[in-house]
Amino acid sequence: MNKIRIIARIDVKNEFAIKGVHLEGLRRVGNPNEMALDYYNNKIDEIVFMDAVAAYYDRNSLSELIQRACTDVFIPITVGGGIRTIGDIKNALKSGADKVAINTKAVQEPDFIRQSSKFFGSQCIVSSIEAKAIGENKWEVYTDNGREPTGKDVVEWAKYVAKLGAGEIILTSIDKEGTKRGFDISLYQNVATSVSIPVIASGGMGKGGDAVQLIKNVNVDAIAVASVLHYKLESIQEIKNTLIENQIKVRI
Amino acid sequence: MKIAVIDYGVGNVRSILSAFANQGANVFLTRDKNKILDSDGVVLPGVGAFAHGMDGLNKYGMVEIIKEYVESNKPFMGICLGMQLLFEESEEFGVTVGLGLIPGRVIKLPTKDSQNEKLPHVSWNELNSGKIQWSDTVLESIKVGSDMYFVHSFVVQPNDEDNVLSTTEYSGYNFCSSVKKDNIYGCQFHPEKSGKTGLKIVKNFIRMCEK
Repeated sequence: MNKIRIIARIDVKNEFAIKGVHLEGLRRVGNPNEMALDYYNNKIDEIVFMDAVAAYYDRNSLSELIQRACTDVFIPITVGGGIRTIGDIKNALKSGADKVAINTKAVQEPDFIRQSSKFFGSQCIVSSIEAKAIGENKWEVYTDNGREPTGKDVVEWAKYVAKLGAGEIILTSIDKEGTKRGFDISLYQNVATSVSIPVIASGGMGKGGDAVQLIKNVNVDAIAVASVLHYKLESIQEIKNTLIENQIKVRI
Repeated sequence: MKIAVIDYGVGNVRSILSAFANQGANVFLTRDKNKILDSDGVVLPGVGAFAHGMDGLNKYGMVEIIKEYVESNKPFMGICLGMQLLFEESEEFGVTVGLGLIPGRVIKLPTKDSQNEKLPHVSWNELNSGKIQWSDTVLESIKVGSDMYFVHSFVVQPNDEDNVLSTTEYSGYNFCSSVKKDNIYGCQFHPEKSGKTGLKIVKNFIRMCEK
């Protein structure tokens, strides 16, 4: 098994890092660059910046933030929110991002995943999927930070984006996001067994033990952590220690 | 002391520039022949497909310049795709001829389906000893087992084991994760994305360029 990557997810609105519950009720939690540097110094494995309102306001404003992060944070950086054109991806990469996360545009025009992964390579294209439970073992794809239902089935959509060339999937459970009550294990079970690309579980982690519960049951590749770090509930080292104690391999 | 990063239109180079600058190098992106040949060290970056990379090198006339630079015996380092391009050929999307500076070829990373191992290999993974001792190389003072950041689906297979600086295991297969042939280095992982240990490798390369 791969080492499980522990990813800090920093949602951004204007110049502030924010955090909500179920992707709503956003509160400011700090300066995204300072937070990224702090997490980097404490051995986080990767950073994801998500512009929480980009899709909504039809804009993409993370370039400066990425450029700044790139001068002192030497781990992979993914940027998401408002990525709509090949030009947007070029800008993000030029600013120093390693990967882009695409959601709304992919739903509107799935071929964008194929085009962009062909152009930049699959390793660079992350499909961001927001999932909301609509029945037993059934989830619907949402866009625009949990605002817009699409009618698409999450498992089928995940298979489709993988086929189109996405290199990874970051799968956010809207139901669990921000709750700190643990991951939606059956969601990740259903998706991770359906695709052969790496899956990043995002939403619901309140303590290292939640990650252990998930990883013991599902072959996910990475977990995205937000509240735990932003509210300093546990340190990165504590989370990693919990995983190590449970025989889960991580970068030390 | 000047380090040139070759600009051939492939991938994200800002982090490489940033990592070298962070470690004190006078580093710049260029495709100017004189600037490259005049540098104390040269880095060939790159992500994406092999054929696309070779197209870029050919388009900007970089192939001959790289070969001329390498003959000067000054340090040269290829990173990720930039390492793969050093080899003779790649089987990615049909056979494509590479720079041929190191004997060997580039193959798809063999994985065992039974273990549900995934491609691309996107992960932090450990460096293990290769045929070459690490002292006086870019891996000087790096601990065996150190974690580096990898993201790739293809790996190099040097013909000569004596060119293998480190190996890394994925899905039960030990692949060559860094190479050294005389003044030429290559690493499959991204030192510029591998935290403080990665920066140490960058620093080691800079020191080599100072000599």
